[in-house]
Amino acid sequence: MNISIDVNENNAVSEIKVSGEIDAYTAPKLRETLFPMSEQNGVKMTVDLSDVSYMDSTGLGVFVGVFKNVRSNEGEFKIIGLSSRLQRLFDITGLADIIDINSQIEGGVQ
Amino acid sequence: MEFREMMESKYRELLENYIREQSEQALYAGQKFSRKSIEHKVSPEEIVSLHKSLLIEMYPEVPESILHSFDILLEVMIGYGLAYREHQSLRHQQEELRSEMEIAANVQQTLLGTKVPVIQGLDIGAISVPAKHMNGDYFHFVQDENNCISVAIADVIGKGIPAALCMSMIKYAMDSLPENRMEPSGILENLNRVVEQNVDPSMFITMFYGMFDPESDQFYYASAGHEPGFYYNAEKKEYRDLNARGLLLGVEKRTKYRQYQMEIHPGDMIVLMSDGVTECRTEEGFIERETLIDYIDKYIDLSAQEIVNNIFKELEKLQHFQLRDDFTLIILKRDV
Repeated sequence: MNISIDVNENNAVSEIKVSGEIDAYTAPKLRETLFPMSEQNGVKMTVDLSDVSYMDSTGLGVFVGVFKNVRSNEGEFKIIGLSSRLQRLFDITGLADIIDINSQIEGGVQ
Repeated sequence: MEFREMMESKYRELLENYIREQSEQALYAGQKFSRKSIEHKVSPEEIVSLHKSLLIEMYPEVPESILHSFDILLEVMIGYGLAYREHQSLRHQQEELRSEMEIAANVQQTLLGTKVPVIQGLDIGAISVPAKHMNGDYFHFVQDENNCISVAIADVIGKGIPAALCMSMIKYAMDSLPENRMEPSGILENLNRVVEQNVDPSMFITMFYGMFDPESDQFYYASAGHEPGFYYNAEKKEYRDLNARGLLLGVEKRTKYRQYQMEIHPGDMIVLMSDGVTECRTEEGFIERETLIDYIDKYIDLSAQEIVNNIFKELEKLQHFQLRDDFTLIILKRDV
């Protein structure tokens, strides 16, 4: 079980590309990368999960924590590239209603 | 005689034997000796110094340089000896933790214990199995004075001890809710406030709360981000998802939960589960919800408890008896 996290910071937007599996073993690494970023004032973060093959509820916990941090620091948080399985996870948990997910895809061009 | 007292003569014998004839047996005796000396906590540097002193005794003419070389070997071995003793003491601590954990798991069982109610007209089956020692899933039944049966099924995001501790808090929050006239949506709204205030910000709980009124055969339910269950329509022999929208507990303080309602006819079933059931990973990938329906169908003529037991056995087998996540499955079946 592996995860790789690429961070690309430009134009005040942090793009984070995650690849691999997000579960109880890899989630701490994701948290360590994302939490410090999410605590910056007015941060803009976009997390791309299109190369994530599996995510369990531990991963969801990390994103909710990041989302709450970003919101309290008046930043923006977006998740893109969700597969239908991952999208379902966000739908069931009601998070799709409060977190900006897959907005690029909904825009129609992909 | 104590091992330490005869250690010297034993080692001397080994050494002499091997020097005389370099046989496999002599080497094997060396292996046996090392097991014994480990057992009696003899450090590696002690063996080196024993070797050195025996060598002087047996071969007084041994060159000084060879003897000096043992001092280096001795120094190097001291490090190994320390590492070994540390390993032993960690093993000891691990034993202690393991037994504490077993006690904690028992305490949790007692704390979170719930009785499956027995009422006329409704057959109830429930199973909950932790992946590790402590269970992050939770289910609870309440029967009120109007004979309404309430069922809660919850899953803490995260596993192991933190999840289990969190669950105990939820249980007490639920116990302290005013008992009468609580509807599923109201209960979730109350619990949401408790979780939002008291739980670590990256820990969340999903919960499904349902209430069956045997007077009117109505089932009321609401969900806080929980894996949807199934409703089985006995007349049409059809399954459908028991969809209910609602946010996880503990994310937003003022979340409102929508309450749903449906009539349960004779033979109908409500199937509730934790995501450990659908996130059950096999070699071919995840089990699909359809697969789960096939299993329910296979055992549908059994009692509710037998159905959940059998499904657990099937899914356990699919995962080669290695649960990755806590597993909880509940079936409510209205008698025909």
